[in-house]
Amino acid sequence: MTPPVHYREIEGRSSGFWSLVAILGLFIALALGAAWRMEHEGHWITGMSNRVVWGVPHVFAVFLIVAASGALNVASVASVFGRSLYKPLARLSGLLAIALLAGGLAVLVLDLGRPDRMVVAMTHYNFKSIFAWNIFLYTGFLAIVAAYLWTMFERRMNAHTAPVGMAAFIWRLVLTTGTGSIFGFLVARDAYNSAILAPMFIIMSLDFGLAIFLLVLLAAARGTGRAIGGEILGRLGGLLAVFAAAVLYFAAIQQLTNAYIARQHEVVRFFLVDGGIYTALFWFGQVAIGGVAPLVLLLAPAWRKSRRALALASACVVAGGLAQMYVLIIGGQAYPQVVFPDHEVSSSAFDGVVASYAPSLPELLLGLGGVALALMLTVVALRLLPFLPQAIADPGSDPAHA
Amino acid sequence: MNGSRRQVLGLGACLAAAAALAPGLRLIELAQARSPEEAASKLQRWGLLIDTAKCGECDDCVTACHEENGVKGHGRPATDSQWIRKVNLKDKRTGFAQTLPVMCQHCEEAPCIDVCPTGASMRRADGIVLVDKHICIGCRYCVMACPFGARQFVHEKTTGQKADVPRGQGTVEACTLCVHRVDRGEQPACVSACQRDGGKAMTFGDLKDPDSAIARRLKSERSTALRADLALDPGVRYQGLS
Repeated sequence: MTPPVHYREIEGRSSGFWSLVAILGLFIALALGAAWRMEHEGHWITGMSNRVVWGVPHVFAVFLIVAASGALNVASVASVFGRSLYKPLARLSGLLAIALLAGGLAVLVLDLGRPDRMVVAMTHYNFKSIFAWNIFLYTGFLAIVAAYLWTMFERRMNAHTAPVGMAAFIWRLVLTTGTGSIFGFLVARDAYNSAILAPMFIIMSLDFGLAIFLLVLLAAARGTGRAIGGEILGRLGGLLAVFAAAVLYFAAIQQLTNAYIARQHEVVRFFLVDGGIYTALFWFGQVAIGGVAPLVLLLAPAWRKSRRALALASACVVAGGLAQMYVLIIGGQAYPQVVFPDHEVSSSAFDGVVASYAPSLPELLLGLGGVALALMLTVVALRLLPFLPQAIADPGSDPAHA
Repeated sequence: MNGSRRQVLGLGACLAAAAALAPGLRLIELAQARSPEEAASKLQRWGLLIDTAKCGECDDCVTACHEENGVKGHGRPATDSQWIRKVNLKDKRTGFAQTLPVMCQHCEEAPCIDVCPTGASMRRADGIVLVDKHICIGCRYCVMACPFGARQFVHEKTTGQKADVPRGQGTVEACTLCVHRVDRGEQPACVSACQRDGGKAMTFGDLKDPDSAIARRLKSERSTALRADLALDPGVRYQGLS
């Protein structure tokens, strides 16, 4: 019989806590200012153009939304797959899922050309649009995870945690399929237009979400003086290694599939060989930092039990994930659309050439603001409600000495 | 005397006939135009045929379009709207060079309409693809989905708008096939300019009317659609593409 887990709010009185809140608040304020400028001046002040219409805000927004569903991993492992070891961390897992999704959606909405028309998006639906499906998938996810958290917090509802957890798990798989399909169903662009993007987004979500979960967990444990057992961290580290390898596998299959199709040779060349910044970000960001480095840090025998290596590996996954999103979203648009195969093409609208794009300050501030919002929601929730256990012990060990 | 009297009477009769017929002819012209209350009909499908062999170096179609629709640039080509653009092609193997205008292809199976979350991207019964400016939220998903780069995002404030052509910062726009002119029974501005000043490369008409010039030519001459592999059934077709 596992001993009861004691949860407690974080104290939230230290200068470190208030400094963190102040810094996050500053980033949120800067993001709101950036969004206000973009809204009033128009998007011409950003790096975006008629060739690259989704810029850095989308990189952050899609990353956060994808990571949100992955942050629910730990809760799913506990209640869907019945591993009680992870149960004490399930509340934090659910909280991060909500916070990350809220951060991502805020960026997405504030980057709209007409964010003031959100009510239109809520009242006019074209059900053939994957965006419209996603509006329901996102709001549904928030509702289901909120209910899931309720079953965990409310003792009388504990019996329902497993079925609600299963519903949340299935919903998150559908949600990430929907996010991947935003790109996968775009027949007009050679860099997307592939069914592999849906499962690839699912595996990316598992990877990025777990990495963020681990970073928040390690930071919270350190900041509040909570102990975490080495075994649970070791297992989560092993899981992160599996996910990082799987993301590399999907990236390889995506490129190999295109390399086999003559019509797609140019697009593979663009990403892997001569795509400039996109090639560099692919190899150094996505593959080396996001894939190889975490695998080395997590699997090398010398670092197996090192928390610092685990934190660094998680940070690498996050950095590599952002690079992957940049390559996919912006590189995919920068690569020219082929309307006239076998022709050299030129026009006043930059047909036939790789579109230039440089992120602007307002875009970066808006994107970082989404991250800050997600962290702020997490920090405030940890302060107000008992999300974190007092200590997470390994089975059979004394929590005080874990 | 008799002769001249007959001449005067003849002239008078001609004038009377012309005076009587002219309003009648005008009425026929008006009858062909739709009244503002009348909905677009699916008995028609408006389309364009562009003969690349006749399309030369000029860009009269582009100038006329932007003049007609009040599309003014800010000297920033990457973000300024281009409802129609001249594309220069050179065959990679043979070196054969061509130039042609590209605009919204007014697809029957338009990807921009499929992806639009609010339904702002829409297709009239007569095949003209438009953006409802009141419900476009500026998500730009349609720009991502259009295979022809036809959709344009309004990146900054608009000035000098035309009464018939609403535009707005933060929303998406594209060629409307000059829907306001078509509804008056006129041709799109690009087609008029091409026929008046250009190479007479553009033909506009009702693809469903077997007697229209465009339908007759499409029936008797070879033409192709851009990205025919996508099976979007565009209303704009091209002749002479190498």
